[in-house]
Amino acid sequence: MADWESIAEIAAKVRKGELKASDLVEKSLAAIAEKDEFKAIIVTTAERARERAKAVDAGDNKGRLAGVPFIAKDNFLVFGAETTAASNILKGFDAPYQATAVERLEAEGAICVAKANLDAFAHGSSTENSDFFTTKNPHDPTRVPGGSSGGSGAAVALDLAPFALGTDTGGSIRLPASFTGTVGYKPTYGLVSRSGVVAMASSLDVVGPLTSRVEDAALVLDVMAGKDELDSTTIDRDPAGYAGVSGDLKGKKIGIIKEYMGEGLQPGVRIQIEQAVQKIKQAGADVQEISLPSLPLALAVYYIICPAEVSSNLSRYDGQRYGYSYADAGNLDESYNGSRERGFGKEAKRRVIIGTYVLSSGYYDAYYKKAQTVRTKLINEFAGAFKQVDFLLGPTAPMTAFKIGENADDPLQMYLTDIMTVAANLAGVPAISLPCGADKPADADSELPVGLQIIAPQRADRELLAVAVATEEVLA
Amino acid sequence: MAKLTRDDVLHLAQLARISLSDDELDEFSVELSAILQYVEQLGGVDVDGLKPTNQVTGLTNVMRSDIVKDYGYAPQDLLGNVPAVQDNQLKVKRMIA
Repeated sequence: MADWESIAEIAAKVRKGELKASDLVEKSLAAIAEKDEFKAIIVTTAERARERAKAVDAGDNKGRLAGVPFIAKDNFLVFGAETTAASNILKGFDAPYQATAVERLEAEGAICVAKANLDAFAHGSSTENSDFFTTKNPHDPTRVPGGSSGGSGAAVALDLAPFALGTDTGGSIRLPASFTGTVGYKPTYGLVSRSGVVAMASSLDVVGPLTSRVEDAALVLDVMAGKDELDSTTIDRDPAGYAGVSGDLKGKKIGIIKEYMGEGLQPGVRIQIEQAVQKIKQAGADVQEISLPSLPLALAVYYIICPAEVSSNLSRYDGQRYGYSYADAGNLDESYNGSRERGFGKEAKRRVIIGTYVLSSGYYDAYYKKAQTVRTKLINEFAGAFKQVDFLLGPTAPMTAFKIGENADDPLQMYLTDIMTVAANLAGVPAISLPCGADKPADADSELPVGLQIIAPQRADRELLAVAVATEEVLA
Repeated sequence: MAKLTRDDVLHLAQLARISLSDDELDEFSVELSAILQYVEQLGGVDVDGLKPTNQVTGLTNVMRSDIVKDYGYAPQDLLGNVPAVQDNQLKVKRMIA
C-alpha cells in the first residue's frame, strides 16, 4: 500500500548515495501540495527542510534516519514554522527551542517537512476542534480522520511522508490510526520525552509515531526513547532497544478484553476483530477471554483527570507570556479574561471550566481524588490481567470513522469515541493500533478501516512491538 | 445529581479568568451538567483501602544537580514571543492601583 519504502530501507539508500535526501524532501512536499484538499497539514517547513536535505546530501549526516522526511503534529516545537497546537491563542508562536523528540530524530538525519493539524491543544477525537479547519479522512472525505492526531494519521495514510509524530493523552494516536488505516504507537508513559511538546494532561500525555508499518514505528521509537534531563518523568529505555524486532505468536498468551467486545460495538468492527483473533489463534497463540470489570469506568475517570490537568496546563496562556494578548484591556484582569476569551476555542473553554470545577474546594474529594483512586483500581486490574496473559487485545474504537459534524453538537457523545483507548493512558501501559480490515457501515459509500488494539504491561514496549510485527504478518 | 446553573458557570469562568458570552454560559451549563452526570457514576464505586494514583511509573523526587547549564539561548531569543518586553522583562498592566 505505502508509496514509501520502509524507513530503514530509505535511510540505508541515502547513506549509500542511492537516494538523495533532497529528492525525498521534494517528493514529500509535492505530495503535500497535491493532497491539499484533505487539509492534513497546517504549514510546511519547506525552506528549512531543503537546507537540511542539502546538508545530509553533502555528507553531514549518515544517521539511522538519514534523509527521511517526517511530519510533526503541530503541538511539537519545531524550527522553521510557527507552533500553534491548532489554537488561535498560539498563532504566530515561534519556537525558541525544539522538542527533544524532534532533536533526537534530526540527530539521526530525519527531516521535518510540515506540521500536521489537530484538535486545538489535542482536545478532541476528530480534528473538528481545530481552531483553523477540519482534516478529511483519506478513505472518505465526508468523514473525520479521528483525533486528536488526525492530521498526522491522514498524512501517513496519504503517503505525505514515511512517518508522522503524534501525542496520545486518551487515544489521540491510536484513534486516528484506526480511522485512517495506519499504525499508531502509544509507548509506556515516560518512555519518550515531552520536553518541547505543548502540554495537555501531564499524567497521561505520551509522544509516539504514526506509520505505515510496525517496523517503522519500532525504528522511530528506538530513536526517540529514553531519559531526557529536560523531562523529569522520562524512564530508562530497554537496553535491547526497539528497532528491528521480530516476533512469533506461537505460545503467546493473549487475553481478549471482554468489556471491549460487548454491546455498542459496530457489527462490522466485531466481525473484523473476531476474524483477526481466529488468525492469531491459527498462528499458535494461546487465546482466552479476560475481564477487567472496572474498564467501563475508565472514561468517567478520564473526563475528570484530563480536564483537571488541562485547566492547570492552560493557565499559562494568560496573554502575558506568549501567544495572543488582548490589546484593549484596561487592567490586568481584563487582559487575562479577554486574551483567554478570544484565544481559546470552545472545547478548551469547556475543559478549563470542568477542570476548575472538579478541582475546586468542596468538590476535589468527590471528583478528582475519587477519580485518582478509581484509577488505582483500574491499574490493579491491569496488573492482575497481566499475571494471566502477556498481552490484551480488542478493538481500538467501537466504530469506524464518523461523519464530519455528526458529533459536533454533543460533546459527551464525542468523548465516548475514546472509550476503548483511555484506559491505557490511565494505567501508563503501552498500546498499539494496527490496521485490521475494513467495514462498510450502512450510511457509508466506501469501506472504512478498522483498528485492532494490542496492550502490554508497562515497559514491555519491545515485546509489544515484536508481537505487533507478528500480528501484522498474519493479518496481511 | 450535579447540575451547573448559569451562575455556577459564570463563577467558574471568573475563577479560571475566561470571559464567556451569554450564549456560552447557557450552552455550557447544559453541556457541562451532562458531562458531570456521566462522571458521577464513580460515586458508588468501592475503593476501600485504595490510594489515589498521581504518578503511574512509580517515580518519586527526581533530582538533578543544582548547576547552571548553558543551552545556548540568549534571553532575547526566549523573550521573542512575549507580547510586551522592557529591559528583558515581561511588561504587564499595573496590578496595584
